[in-house]
Amino acid sequence: MSDLLRLATAGSVDDGKSTLVGRLLYDTKSVLADTLDAVHRASADRGLSTPDLSLLVDGLRSEREQGITIDVAYRYFATPKRSFVLADTPGHVQYTRNTVTGASTAQLGVLLVDARKGVIEQTRRHAAVLALLGVPRLVLAVNKIDLVDHDEATFSRIAKEFTAHATALGYPDDAVVTIPVSALAGDNVVERSDRTPWYDGPTLLEHLETVPVDVDPHDAPFRFPVQYVIRPRTADYPDYRGYAGQVAAGTVRVGDEIAVLPDGLRSTVTGIDTADGPLDQAASGQSVTLLLAHDLDISRGDLIAGAAVPPRVTDEFDATVCWLSEKALTPGARVLVKHGTRTVQAIVTHLHTRFDEQNLTTVEDPGTLTLNEIGQVTVRTTTAVPLDDYTKSRHMGSFLVIDAADGSTLAAGLVGDPLSTITRDVALAGVP
Amino acid sequence: MTTTTTTLDALGRLESEAVHIFREVAGEFDRPVILFSGGKDSTLLLHLAVKAFWPAPVPFPLLHVDTGHNFDEVIAFRDKVVAQHGLRLEVAKVQDYIDDGRLTERPDGTRNPLQTVPLLDAITGHKFDAVFGGGRRDEERARAKERIFSLRNSFGQWEPRRQRPELWNLYNGRHRPGEHVRVFPLSNWTELDVWHYIARENIELPDIYYAHRREVYLRDGMWLAEGPWGGPRENETMVEKTVRYRTVGDGSCTGAVESDAADIATVIAEVAASRLTERGATRADDRLSEAAMEDRKREGYF
Repeated sequence: MSDLLRLATAGSVDDGKSTLVGRLLYDTKSVLADTLDAVHRASADRGLSTPDLSLLVDGLRSEREQGITIDVAYRYFATPKRSFVLADTPGHVQYTRNTVTGASTAQLGVLLVDARKGVIEQTRRHAAVLALLGVPRLVLAVNKIDLVDHDEATFSRIAKEFTAHATALGYPDDAVVTIPVSALAGDNVVERSDRTPWYDGPTLLEHLETVPVDVDPHDAPFRFPVQYVIRPRTADYPDYRGYAGQVAAGTVRVGDEIAVLPDGLRSTVTGIDTADGPLDQAASGQSVTLLLAHDLDISRGDLIAGAAVPPRVTDEFDATVCWLSEKALTPGARVLVKHGTRTVQAIVTHLHTRFDEQNLTTVEDPGTLTLNEIGQVTVRTTTAVPLDDYTKSRHMGSFLVIDAADGSTLAAGLVGDPLSTITRDVALAGVP
Repeated sequence: MTTTTTTLDALGRLESEAVHIFREVAGEFDRPVILFSGGKDSTLLLHLAVKAFWPAPVPFPLLHVDTGHNFDEVIAFRDKVVAQHGLRLEVAKVQDYIDDGRLTERPDGTRNPLQTVPLLDAITGHKFDAVFGGGRRDEERARAKERIFSLRNSFGQWEPRRQRPELWNLYNGRHRPGEHVRVFPLSNWTELDVWHYIARENIELPDIYYAHRREVYLRDGMWLAEGPWGGPRENETMVEKTVRYRTVGDGSCTGAVESDAADIATVIAEVAASRLTERGATRADDRLSEAAMEDRKREGYF
């Protein structure tokens, strides 16, 4: 069985992102005949002479009517080497929140630029959002290379500018790849193009098939948010009490000492259960049930952590929030914070800075945050929560800000100060 | 970021994600229910639910929206599986709604679109607040837009432009009284993943998923079985063929495919080589219009 790569696309309107995704699906033969027939019919209905591959992915009625992607969609394709889950995110400025959505789970981001326009403000903005959300790897697809006569100099200039920007955002050289493509004609997407003889790198698909899949390191401190207490009370298991959850970071072994947070109780792991039998150890990503030596009062929302390196437990912390709601944030707002399996009442006490997406700098004391804005805040919670910084652990450093009244998701939260890292590095590098 | 190989393979990751989703719902909702028809996706769904709560029983009842146009083999399988796991099954019957006039039979005899009202009534009547479905985002373009936790308003409607962002694996299940959340633990699975997993776990399915001899007739390019859904008509002739089903649903619009695939391994080979999607091949109602699925989901269909 091949492994799985989760990727997210981002790009401005009309860069040809839907066409690129359509091309990827089409050339990997992930589009089946009946779906393709439907696209041929719809293209013909619109008076087009060749099939519009973007119709493969723009799934909503209003998207097809307007010819734009409105909402993030998930696509699936596979090659003999690997399976892919692709979060296809819209490029429209007002839908930047979908870039955040796609980036939160992605192991790789594919950014698209039009070769005629090069790196534009939206490209820099999307790259910054991907960096902020901790997407470990980037690909820049320089699209419509046929419209600049497959010119090597144009590609090199764009590649160089983008790589400098990505480096400023904290990406190491080996995490960024640039590829000249034509989504419309298929050059270097799946099939190698003979019209770019000067390009000796991989096609987009070859890169996606071979790029290392970064996962949380298994030697990170162990973190296990308790989801559910399993108590069968059946004849076969009268006294069974297991703590079910998914390992959020690190590895746990039978015999390990653990701490239960926020209360700080201690115990030892006596068993790691699954429906397929017990395990000696479990690592991040695995859903298991832990058995402990002591009969402690543990419930959903508690965190089981390695006793040696517990997270900090605090009722006040700094964070970066990506504001996703039409309701603006003003300091003093009472909200709910969902972190791991715990939801607590909270107040956003301070709004320190707003991220200026145009200049990749920060604005002091912005007063409010509105839809799609990113800012640095202080959050105070009614009960203490165990936290790690987002830059250390995507799982343990992420939280939702939820509207207590209507339940809507207001913001994506990142514990710590990842925004300052990005803006500082960008400032140091003098970009843009 | 350090690079390490993961101990889970692709199927293991999908399984772990689905188990996590089941436990989140059990932890956060008062009255969840699993939609269960006896088809392969809902059988897989139940298998994953059993794993999520082992060694305790699955803490949810099951709900079947019965169109009345069933394959006998599937109903028998449904009842057997429910008894095996000691679960409670609620059945909402389209036939009851037709009998007392709340719904009218469509001229084409298809009852799939008629499921929406009994489904929403069952959700309201039982005050279910989370409803698990076996839907996958690879099935159809509108489903590709579906969230894993998908809020439905008090009319059961889906508003694709007002969906909550889906961030990390933090699912927001908050809802107001009358609203409910549709939950799709198989969102990130493809049809091939489902079959590979069925093979790996050796999950029993209704035997009509495998090749068998059956009397069928041709309508709109699909091989339909004889049944109470008004077939065959005068100009339609029965022929015996070796067929299997890729999906099982309402018999009036679920067609068989000609196939010799008699076990899991040959089914996987056939699905991998197929040039047709499972719905395109065998579901008449998905062909109705370019946005058929989106429109039905907006009304409250799954």
